[in-house]
Amino acid sequence: MTQYQVVHCTINGKSCEAVVDVRASLADMLRNNFRLTSVKKGCGVGECGACNVLVDGECFNSCIYLAVWADGKSIRTVEGLTGPNGELSDIQQAFIDEGAVQCGFCTPGFIMSAVEILESGKRYTRDEIRRQLSGHLCRCTGYENIINAVEKTMNRRLGGDE
Amino acid sequence: MFDFRSYAAAASVEDAVRLLAEKPNAVIMAGGSDVLIKMRSRDMSQVDVVSIYGLDELRGIRLEPNGDIRIGSLTSFSHIEHDETVNRLIPVLSQAAGTVGGPQIRNIGTIGGNTCNGVTSADTASTCFALDAIIELTGSEGVRHVPIVGFYLRAGKVDIRPTEIQTAVIIPRDSYENCFGHYQKYAMRNAMDIATLNCSVNVRLNADGAIERARIAYGVAGPVPMRAGSAEAAVCGMPAGEDAAHIFADAAIRDINPRDSWRASKAFRIHIAHELAVRGLTESMRRAGATI
Amino acid sequence: MNVGKSVPRVDAYDKVTGRTQYTDDLCPGDALVIRVLRSTVANGRVLSMDISKAQAVPGVVRIFTCFDVPKLAFPTAGHPWSTDPAHQDVADRFLLTDRPRFCGDDIGAVVAENEVAAMQALRLIEVEYEEYPFVLDAQEAMKDGAPLLHEEFPNNVLGHSSIRIGNYEEAIKEEGLIRFDDWYDTPTVQHCHIENFICTARMENGRIVVTSSTQIPHIARRVVAQALSIPWGDVRVIKPYIGGGFGNKQDVLYEPLCAYICRELGGVLVKLDMPREETFTSTRVRHAIRNHIISYVRPDGTFVARKLECFSNQGAYASHGHGVAAKGMGAFPQLYPCPNVECDAYTVFTNRPVAGAMRGYGIPQAMFAVESNIDDIALRLGMTPMALRKKNLMPVGYTDGFSRNVNYYDSFNQCLDKGAEYIDYYRKHEEYSRQEGNIRRGVGCAAFWYNTAVWPISLESSSCRMVLNQDGSIQLQLGETEIGQGADTAFAQMASDAVGIPLERVHVVSCQDTDVAPFGTGAYASRQTYVGGFAIKQTADILRGKILSYAHELTRMPVEILDLVDGNIIRRTDNQALMTLAELATTALYSLDHSVHITAESTYQVKSNAYSFGCCFAEVEVDISACKVRLIDMINVHDCGSLINPQLAGAQVHGGMSMAIGYGLSEQLQFDPKTGRVLNDNLLDYKLSTTLDHPDLTAGFVENPEPTSVFGTKALGEPPACPGAPAIRNAILNATGVSMNTIPVNPHRLFEAFCKAGLINTKEVN
Repeated sequence: MTQYQVVHCTINGKSCEAVVDVRASLADMLRNNFRLTSVKKGCGVGECGACNVLVDGECFNSCIYLAVWADGKSIRTVEGLTGPNGELSDIQQAFIDEGAVQCGFCTPGFIMSAVEILESGKRYTRDEIRRQLSGHLCRCTGYENIINAVEKTMNRRLGGDE
Repeated sequence: MFDFRSYAAAASVEDAVRLLAEKPNAVIMAGGSDVLIKMRSRDMSQVDVVSIYGLDELRGIRLEPNGDIRIGSLTSFSHIEHDETVNRLIPVLSQAAGTVGGPQIRNIGTIGGNTCNGVTSADTASTCFALDAIIELTGSEGVRHVPIVGFYLRAGKVDIRPTEIQTAVIIPRDSYENCFGHYQKYAMRNAMDIATLNCSVNVRLNADGAIERARIAYGVAGPVPMRAGSAEAAVCGMPAGEDAAHIFADAAIRDINPRDSWRASKAFRIHIAHELAVRGLTESMRRAGATI
Repeated sequence: MNVGKSVPRVDAYDKVTGRTQYTDDLCPGDALVIRVLRSTVANGRVLSMDISKAQAVPGVVRIFTCFDVPKLAFPTAGHPWSTDPAHQDVADRFLLTDRPRFCGDDIGAVVAENEVAAMQALRLIEVEYEEYPFVLDAQEAMKDGAPLLHEEFPNNVLGHSSIRIGNYEEAIKEEGLIRFDDWYDTPTVQHCHIENFICTARMENGRIVVTSSTQIPHIARRVVAQALSIPWGDVRVIKPYIGGGFGNKQDVLYEPLCAYICRELGGVLVKLDMPREETFTSTRVRHAIRNHIISYVRPDGTFVARKLECFSNQGAYASHGHGVAAKGMGAFPQLYPCPNVECDAYTVFTNRPVAGAMRGYGIPQAMFAVESNIDDIALRLGMTPMALRKKNLMPVGYTDGFSRNVNYYDSFNQCLDKGAEYIDYYRKHEEYSRQEGNIRRGVGCAAFWYNTAVWPISLESSSCRMVLNQDGSIQLQLGETEIGQGADTAFAQMASDAVGIPLERVHVVSCQDTDVAPFGTGAYASRQTYVGGFAIKQTADILRGKILSYAHELTRMPVEILDLVDGNIIRRTDNQALMTLAELATTALYSLDHSVHITAESTYQVKSNAYSFGCCFAEVEVDISACKVRLIDMINVHDCGSLINPQLAGAQVHGGMSMAIGYGLSEQLQFDPKTGRVLNDNLLDYKLSTTLDHPDLTAGFVENPEPTSVFGTKALGEPPACPGAPAIRNAILNATGVSMNTIPVNPHRLFEAFCKAGLINTKEVN
């Protein structure tokens, strides 16, 4: 017997409601109920970070976060970063400028971790940025340009060294 | 989707106790980062789940009037890592919490889940052992307090009785006051890994710079986290210094019983256990003000 | 000109906004789910299967056992088809098999309405096996009496090839030679693209439409048709954006099974989305190759005679077959030409997961052996490794008789000098070789060469189509695929220059749909920029010809004095812009006098190849008592000809270096010796390196234009993964004096080696 539950939450700033199977992960809900397909599934066990989203401002792997737990929470995905006319946020633009995108499958997850870093308003060292991004695996980029994109955007936002 | 037979979310600790009484075989889910992953393996199917993830009353860290530090069981690793009280009074626990998985895992994983799954490699468990933590359990019979050493029964099995959930991890004042510690995780990579071996050391020096008390606990040195009592005894009263660190380590490896597995050989684990003991005590003594 | 500029990727906007659609994103939610039942024995036969309990699970639609499917063998390698049966790939896979040859082999399939029902059903299928002994090691598998995997291949040898140059036996009689005899071993590793393998299938008007995360859509179409024994035209394969491939998706994996099940269920939409665990065990892996090198060297470092034996672990099925080991072996006598050489490569079936193509195709294994060996020999000769390298490296002007590849420039020395300067190699290597204490540093170097494309072993061709729009823009289509490397962007840059229109006027059709995409064999062999370049140039010339001839009709100016520059029809004699291409294109389509849709399409068959060169330098810090290596710095320097897009080229290099770091230090699939099962089939236990395991990576280039390429370009896709592991290993040798001859050089291996070398003393316990 399948059990369903209503989940009320805010997704990318918009108040939403969905009837979800209690067995569903947040990744399932975001992809299937809301077609937020930037949320990628790469491992199902919270190791690769491709499904990373912000829940109340903190990063979570949505593949091992129950959809029903999202009730009352504010969820953000990469889709929410783009402006109403398709304008890119600074971090998205930096990923392009720095050549941090290759196959693109890990990109949305990385960008959401970058958002948490940038919104903290703290100035992190390069090593600290590495640590903040260490929950993501990427097989294409060697991480180099991704770290550059995050570091440069942070410096631009905080002023100072580029 | 996960293979649940049923799902119930507890609204309060009392509610959790009631739900567990109704479904004695239910799996308690805190952050889920262990349980949900186990469900992918073939042996866990049709699980009754009682989720306690929503119990915010079990989140947070409080300094009690008596000086004990009470950590709600659902406090996430990232909150422990960055908590002001923890960083001021037991930074070694912040250090340990900061080595778990990666940032996302530290956001979902809880100290309660880490100690309740009974796994020897748990990053915060060895530090809790070294700090003589007290585990608080709440069930239909009321509240129980169990020293963490007694809480671990065997690999994968802890002393949680039917209807009970773990509600807090308490670090007693005497176990941290004037103590300085160092946690080391030995793993194959610098993030997203489980420990091949881990080691938490803390030391209290007396006014003369001699070791008043040293404590050491390991993860993965045996089926459950463990203290190395002979090592602690061996250096008691010794002056802080390199000699103490080596005597400490020589004794420590006689207390432990790591096994050969595909993840690491026994000989390798013993070697690393020795190395971590030397480095752990040396760094702890340094943090306590000794010049080494 | 756009070629040579770091223009942004054409697909970057969609990728940073999450709009890019991969296979699963294109699949409607009502697809039936396929899960494969996997053998739990490493070698045996399925005697019976009881599916009664599994069939009773609510939501289960159908269960296929190995006894239900047709017995029709098909090949899976992503090679161009050969019309000569002698050169066709070994056909040894079935849709499902009752004769499993590795843990994870495909013995059944469940189709269900959802993944939970499918998993429950898998759990409830009862399989009765007859178990046979199994073998995991290639050399063990070659012995008489070893378990035999395939009757047709005695001693499990799938392939054996040899190289003989000069007279080895005579040459070694020379007096005063020093003999070196060493073994180097490489592990089974996996590609670990972040998007797992996934495909879907549905039927449309009686034809099967497969959407797949593949590098090789046209080959997938052929193999699906062969596996189902239906006309090739009855299959349509769609390749959308894919989340990495690295060679794994250069095999046809589960497209045939998915298509078969779809057809058996009357053409409904089915999806086979492989869990990470099964991507590890049941897609493809890199060949573990053990190399044995014997060298006879004069005291001055001159190679007089050398011998190489390679034992390549193929796993349970032929896949790409002997080609990988043969390619690795072929690198040896060309990298360090020597007058007397004997090489033998054996590709051997074992009960491991199936080895196929993976970035580098045998060269990372070969370079680990060959380049480690150089440093080992140099140390024992008392020479510097660089001196030994430079003394023996492929000289300028060297020509390979088979591929006709020529070393046109002094690329090796240029690359080595650039890398050495960056890392301060000479000074550090000297200084680091005399260290004491627990923390020691080291620098290491390794070189490599790589082919571009597969000529003359196989067909090399590329087809291109350009379609002119009313606004003067074009659609650009190739059979060559974007798999993350940036091919689409490079193609757009080349097309923009070759046609003479602005870059933003080139619309690359990224998706290959075999119904409409020109034929191309796909992404492999670091071929696409090279071969695609020919097709783009040739097709652009045809398109320009048509445009200029139409311009002639409109302007009455002779074609010879017309040009198309930056989207304008130019009269070259006075540089006057006569009209825009948009005006011409609109007129051409709607003209009441002469209406024509201007398009061009052509195939270019490439009958050349090109040497791509490079090297890696690494600096490490070794904590001896902790058995830990910290990588401090790393640079790869490549001569891949003229760069099409320097930023994307640099990013490719970083990715290859990252793969090499894992290969050298941490990655390996581990097997249970008792059961043959993979022990670490997940991203926790399989140690892919994270952001915290990398130093900053530097990519350097030497740009000698490749004479055989219209754009001066050659291989860069795979080369970056080739030299890193031996460079790191040689840095550890420099730091500690210990030769680590098996990768990954992880703490476990360092512990054993340091104990043996007396660098650490093990503690006596109890």
